[in-house]
Formats: sequence, C-alpha cells, structure tokens
Amino acid sequence: MKILCCVKRVPAPGAKINVTADGMDVDAAHLGFTTSPHEECGVEGAIQLKEEHGGEVTVLTLGPGDAEEQLRYAASVGADHGVLIATDGTAYDPQRTAAAIVEAVEELESAEGGDGTEDGEFDLILFGNESADAGGFQVGIRVAHALGRPIVQGIKGIEVGDESITARREIDGGFEVYELPRPAVLGVKEGLNLPRYPTMKGRLASKKIEIQSMEVDADEGGQSRVRLHRPEEQISETVILGEGPEAAAAVVDVLEELGVL
Amino acid sequence: MLLVVLEHERGELVEAACEALTFGRVLAAKMGEDLEAALIGSDDDALVAAAGEYGAETVHTCTHDVLSDYGPDAYGAVVAQMVESLSPEAVLACGSDRGNEIMAQAAARLGSPFVANCKDVTPGDAWSMTRVQWGGSLLEDTAIDADVALLSCGLHTVAAEPGGAQNADAEEFEAALDESHAITIVKDRVVQEAGVTLPTAPVVVGGGRGVGSEDGFAQLEALAELLGGRVGCSRAVTNLGWRPHSDQVGQTGTRIAPEVYIASGISGAIQHWVGAMASKHILAINTDREANMVVKADWAVIADLHEVIPAITEEVKRRRG
Ligand SMILES: Cc1cc2nc3c(=O)[nH]c(=O)nc-3n(C[C@H](O)[C@H](O)[C@H](O)COP(=O)(O)OP(=O)(O)OC[C@H]3O[C@@H](n4cnc5c(N)ncnc54)[C@H](O)[C@@H]3O)c2cc1C
Ligand SMILES: Nc1ncnc2c1ncn2[C@@H]1O[C@H](COP(=O)(O)O)[C@@H](O)[C@H]1O
Repeated sequence: MKILCCVKRVPAPGAKINVTADGMDVDAAHLGFTTSPHEECGVEGAIQLKEEHGGEVTVLTLGPGDAEEQLRYAASVGADHGVLIATDGTAYDPQRTAAAIVEAVEELESAEGGDGTEDGEFDLILFGNESADAGGFQVGIRVAHALGRPIVQGIKGIEVGDESITARREIDGGFEVYELPRPAVLGVKEGLNLPRYPTMKGRLASKKIEIQSMEVDADEGGQSRVRLHRPEEQISETVILGEGPEAAAAVVDVLEELGVL
Repeated sequence: MLLVVLEHERGELVEAACEALTFGRVLAAKMGEDLEAALIGSDDDALVAAAGEYGAETVHTCTHDVLSDYGPDAYGAVVAQMVESLSPEAVLACGSDRGNEIMAQAAARLGSPFVANCKDVTPGDAWSMTRVQWGGSLLEDTAIDADVALLSCGLHTVAAEPGGAQNADAEEFEAALDESHAITIVKDRVVQEAGVTLPTAPVVVGGGRGVGSEDGFAQLEALAELLGGRVGCSRAVTNLGWRPHSDQVGQTGTRIAPEVYIASGISGAIQHWVGAMASKHILAINTDREANMVVKADWAVIADLHEVIPAITEEVKRRRG
C-alpha cells in the first residue's frame, strides 16, 4: 500500500515564544525545529502499516528548503521518499497550503515510476489533526475534499482492510468508529502510537535518500496575517513552602485550605 | 444574520453549543444582525427551546436519513447549503473537535476561508479577528477577505450563559443529501471509562522526566488516590513509555482544570503549560528554583520529589487519623 504523510516544519520553543520585531513570525533565531507530535505519530503509523501490509511511505512538506531536515528525520525512522514543496519562506494561509499540496499529490499520483509504470494513487494520506504552530484545523480536510476522498479528523486508531479503512476517534469517555472506503485521508492525533527513535543505521540511510523538490503555483487564500503577539501573562508571586521533605506540613496546610483533603 | 451551528448529543445541546451561542450573542450585537441557529440531525422542540434561551430567534432544523448519526461530510454539506440559501453574513461554531471539523468541511465546499479558535472577532467590510496559535501560547491577529465569515470560537473562551431569551421559531431546512454524503459516518460507539477523568479531576498529581522511571510514578499514584485525583504527566514521560498518552497534559494532550495541580519534576515548557494553565492553583515540586513551572506556580517546594511526595502522603494520612 502507498501512504503519504504531510508534515510541517515548526520551531520548538521552550518556556515562552518570542515574536520577531515586525510581529509576522516566531523568532526562531535560537531554536531547534521539529514537527507536531500529531504528525510524528502519522509518520510512525504509516511505517507500521507498511511493515504490516507492505508498500511504501512518502513524506511531504511545504516550507523553506531547511524543511528537508524534517523529511530526513522521517526517512531515518523508515519513510522511503521525501517531497519538498518549496516556498519563499513566508507563511502560506490554509487555503494556499492545501491548494499546493493538492497539486503536488496530483502530480505524484500521475507520475511515471522508474520502471515505466504509473505510480498510482495513495491508498491513504495522513495529516496531523492540526499543525503545531498555526493550528488551522483544516488543511487535511481541504485537500481531501479537493481530491474527492473521505476524511475524518482526531484519529487515534487505524486498521486497514482490502476495501476499507477503519478509524477510531476519542470522545468523552470512549470512542467512535468510522469506516472509510479506500482511498482515504485521515487527520491523526498524538496517542495513535509511540513513535520510534531513529537507529544509527536509519540515520545513515536517511542521508542518502533523494529529496524530490517540487514547485507549484498556488493562489493566495482569503486569510492574511496582521501580526502575532503573546497573550497577557498572569504573573504570580511563587510562595516557596520549603526546601525538603519537612515542607510536607506546609503543603498539606495549603491542600486543607483549598478544601481538597 | 449570524448562524450558530449547534453541537448536540443524546438529545441535548452540549456545553460547546451553549458557549457558541453565548459568544455568538455578543458578536451578533456587534454586527447589528439577528442571531439564528442551525440544528443538524434533529428537530427536537426541547433543543430549539434551549437555543432560544441563549438568544437564538430562529432555529433552522435539518433531518435526513444520512444525518441519523454524526458524519463530517454530511454535516459540512448541510452548513454549506445553508450558507448558499440562507445567506448569513457569518457562521460560527464552537472550536471543539466536531465544531472545527464541520466548519472546515463547509469551508472546503464553499471555497472560503475558515478561521478556527477565535478569541475576539471584529465584523466589518473586512473582518478581523484574534485567534489562538500554538494551542494558546501565542495569538494571531488575522483578517479575511470573503463573502461569508466562517469562524469558530476557542473552546472555553467564554463561559456558557443563557441570555436574550427568545421563543425561538423552528424552521425546517430542506437539504439536498444522498448516500454519497454518508461516506463518513459514525459506525459504532464504544464507551470506556466512568468516574474521575483527567479533564474533570479535582486534583491532578503530575510527573515529568524528573520522576526518573516508570516505577517512580507509584508514589504519585498513591498521593493522587488519597486525594481522589488522577495522575497526569508531561510528554517527556509518554515518549519514554513510562505512562500512556491518555495521561499527558498539554498542547497535544489533555487540558486540565483541577482545583490544584501538583506538578512534580516538570520543567513547564510552554506546550505543557497551555494544558495546565486553567488549573485554579498550582503547586510545583522541583529541584530547580528557576524552572518555569516553579516561577509560574502559586506555591513551590524546592526539593527531590521522591522525598517530598511520600512525606506529603504520610502527612495527609496522619491528619486524617
Ligand atoms: C509541538 C509540540 C507539542 C508539545 N506538546 C506537549 C504536551 O502536550 N505536553 C507536554 O508535556 N509537552 C509537550 N511538548 C514537549 C515540551 O516541549 C517539553 O519537551 C516537555 O514538556 C518536557 O517534559 P518535562 O518537563 O517532563 O521534562 P524536562 O524539561 O526535562 O524537565 C524535567 C524537570 O524535572 C526536574 N527534576 C529532575 N529531577 C528531579 C527530582 N528528583 N525532583 C524534582 N524535580 C526534578 C528538573 O529540574 C526539570 O525542571 C510539545 C512539544 C512540541 C514541540
Ligand atoms: N506547510 C505544510 N506542509 C505539509 N503539511 C502541512 C503544512 N501545513 C499543514 N500541513 C498538514 O495539515 C495538517 C493540518 O494543518 P492546519 O490546518 O494548519 O492545522 C498538519 O497537521 C499537517 O499534516
């Protein structure tokens, strides 16, 4: 089975997020980069399905050239191919992101393989439920709709059958089950699985895979950023109750006061 | 007109629907427009009346075979068709899993922008809004250029409050639906746990990498049980396989809101903090006085959690006698 995973490169901030002077971006000068945990689970899920059913996993990202790092990471844990849709580094709005991904998918699905056969369509396309930074909750749905394929969001369990895909999503105190015809699209959440760490061998192999670069023309969507800013912080004076186990009495005084004893 | 999409479950409006109506009431007043609602998959009088208590004047009800249970395709298609035939200026849902999913489905069909998880909305010729990024660690001011403003308000951005009571009229909406819309529909439901869950626990005893091992959590379990609470954890802990993901607090885990969160061995990264910040009180236990969790807490103990937590447990037992 052929599986495509869409991941987005985002900065990995620590205790707080700083914004650039013009307010248009996260100040990532001293930060590492990563993808959303949801998307990491998507990649792991795809690799597990490949291990169980055979096939191949392609990972796609739209972003600056540096986003190759996220594709190579995915390759180091078992993805077979990487595709990078280059942007000029500015933030695309959700409609534009989706339009670009749709174009890329159509091109990938109609491309001829090295053996002269058509590569054919992806049986399953995986998105994160939401991107870590923008959190638009929509790119996957827009792509699925444009491709005319079913999608369900919030997925924490996937089983693949010959004709259909069964997907589970959490609800209050339980879960719902959906059955989608193939080919299908899913928006997955962290908790789907526990992503593996790359092995040394995987890391070496990932350096050698070829990253396919694509350029696509996608129209701007209808949403535009004005500025980013931090929410107001409630600053509290921390009362230090002690520096060792003898603070236990003071802690229990607090619990008593709060009425949770 | 502002159209609010109502989420309902087992014959009742869910909390998120009441939040959307409360948020929508203020927005409709700013717009100088009527507040109306969309009730998909039901035409229950009790639900219509409940929407009226939150200020909806008219409730557009839509029932059909393919709407007998929840399905994102069918629900999104109905919202898109309502936009086309009722011509609202704006459509609002609550940014719950379903709310955001339905709105994105409708937006994809209409080819319009959709702005998820707004905190504040300014209507006008050009609409602008402040929305949540990074799960709440950052805000984005954004603007849209569209014929209809498709929005969701962040979950728990406002507290649900009845107001502007109306004797809401029910109006049947005839949607063009067929079997193709049933492509994604809930096929089965599994109920798992009852009792105290992480999102509703009055006390959460959280553990991070500082707990040191899977076994180290036994001390946290003992204290949580004694206090009628639950154990939570950081992502470092789930990644190490010490606890299941269902215990994870944060941006990609659970949002908690206990009376008190006892956060031990957790540094307080922003992605953890956004899941913990709705706690009414925070008590941090950490060896590092400068840890973000300590700085942001109401109280802190600067010490090894493995010494402090058993001592707290003993003290609680002693006082209870
Ligand atoms: C997009 C994204 C989403 C994320 N989502 C989440 C999320 O949902 N939830 C989440 O938690 N994280 C999330 N993270 C990860 C987050 O950035 C941090 O890596 C993580 O929260 C760190 O966990 P920690 O505090 O347990 O570990 P550390 O940061 O390693 O902190 C350990 C702490 O334990 C203290 N300590 C050590 N030993 C002891 C001892 N004996 N007694 C007392 N204290 C001790 C140390 O002083 C330190 O403060 C996300 C990251 C990204 C990029
Ligand atoms: N720039 C991007 N490149 C690749 N995938 C993306 C990009 N932006 C969003 N996605 C995918 O779409 C999902 C939803 O994104 P969003 O609508 O921004 O919340 C993410 O979890 C990713 O899987």
